[in-house]
Amino acid sequence: MAPLVPSQAELDRRRLVDINLETVSNIPSTDFPGHWPGESHEWNLEKFRNEFNVEFHRNERFESSFSLIGVDASIANAFRRIVMAEVPSVAIEFVFVHNNTSVIQDEVLAQRLGLIPLKGSVDGINWMRWFKKATEDDPEGSDPSDYNTIVLRLDIECTKNPNADPTENDPRKLYKNAHVYARDITFHPVGRQEQFFTGEDAIQPVNPDILIAKLRPGQKIDLEMHCIKGIGADHAKFSPVATASYRLLPDIQILRPILGEDAKKFAKCFPKGVIGLEPVTREEAAKQGSGYEGHEGETKAVVRDAFKDTVSRECLRHEEFQGKVKLGRVRDHFIFNIESTGQFDSDVLFLESVKVLKLKCARWKRGLADLMR
Amino acid sequence: MPASVHSQDQDQSMMDATAAAPQEQEQQVEQEEVLEEKRITVLPGATETAASFQFEGEGHTLGNALRYAIMKNPQVEFCGYTIPHPSETKMNLRIQTYDTTNAVEALEKGLDSLMDLCDVVTDKFTASRDAFNASEADKMSS
Repeated sequence: MAPLVPSQAELDRRRLVDINLETVSNIPSTDFPGHWPGESHEWNLEKFRNEFNVEFHRNERFESSFSLIGVDASIANAFRRIVMAEVPSVAIEFVFVHNNTSVIQDEVLAQRLGLIPLKGSVDGINWMRWFKKATEDDPEGSDPSDYNTIVLRLDIECTKNPNADPTENDPRKLYKNAHVYARDITFHPVGRQEQFFTGEDAIQPVNPDILIAKLRPGQKIDLEMHCIKGIGADHAKFSPVATASYRLLPDIQILRPILGEDAKKFAKCFPKGVIGLEPVTREEAAKQGSGYEGHEGETKAVVRDAFKDTVSRECLRHEEFQGKVKLGRVRDHFIFNIESTGQFDSDVLFLESVKVLKLKCARWKRGLADLMR
Repeated sequence: MPASVHSQDQDQSMMDATAAAPQEQEQQVEQEEVLEEKRITVLPGATETAASFQFEGEGHTLGNALRYAIMKNPQVEFCGYTIPHPSETKMNLRIQTYDTTNAVEALEKGLDSLMDLCDVVTDKFTASRDAFNASEADKMSS
């Protein structure tokens, strides 16, 4: 059978997920061999290279937003899941409490400490290796060394402030170290860590103002923390992102003219900047069958920027827009938003996720070769 | 816990900056971890062209992506994946092919195309980011 070439209209239809008043339809992707008679859809790297595109919207240290265009949901979702759960980062894992007379119990304090995002030389963090915990199969585990463990300490005691005003009510002025903040954590490099984590690149909390505990005079916290590399699937504290999400690009099509007061109401159904109001031009009014005949100079609604839409479907609820508008989402346009906790730059995290997926494949391929042997 | 298998492995992604002169102890660690490879098992009832593979320590992340890559192969009749029980980190992948190939080959091809895809994504992403950063820098300076 000669290869059938679908029409452009058909291709456009396939590219959209339809959003209806109460339902969502045309959901699954159909670009597989055998789905459409006479069409190939075979995996083709060159075709993918030509059609795949990345567009950046913003790129800051802690937050980046970009679009992946021309990729299937299963792939985009894999990247999102990997960023959240499988890109490694360093966090406090072991807390050795020498003394804790504060009102916060040891285990609660340890949990709070674990969740503090840390930063430091990226080269140093990349150089670090996994710390193997002791398991039933391997009761030894690995020994803490400079290449797998970072040592932090917190040694703080609350005392009375002799210079405080006797009428003072604020405990922070009345006492010294009444509040323990993340900035009170100290870093103690060992071995080769001194080469990597120096000066600004020392391991430290991303945000120095995180409140860890409150103390009163005579109370003391003295503990040692060991940070190791881990992944988010093990514990959320190892997740290098605060959020990593994507949404599909919204698509709005005005099928029949929306004019005058209706146009204003229509624009109000959407967030600001999505729908624009423009006068009907002479050419449009002159064109037969456009629906604009005899409406020259009236305002009409046009789609200005569907990117900003939240797809609230408000416009579908109104009688007057029935059949005039079609909402959808572009199936293969993923608008990613990645917010880093601070250990890595947000754009680097995405690249890491791609690397992790590739390594996963490579490892399974080796596993498959072993199976065949 | 999907991590347990995973985190025991040799570093997966951040190991680019391996120390120039690894110490003896480290080398030993490395050798141990190379041996500890990912395990695939073929579930009973497999024939040449139809087999179910069990991946230990995997989930929807690789499952769905790999299913997509394998389904893109016209010699594959059917491909699907399942996680039989949510508290076991196991992923079963079923492949049925036409007579022109076999299930193992189809799986290998799927993994290969997924790896190629990753390379393209990295290239395009890096290029686009660098172009964006440059244009932002231009805006700042002008």
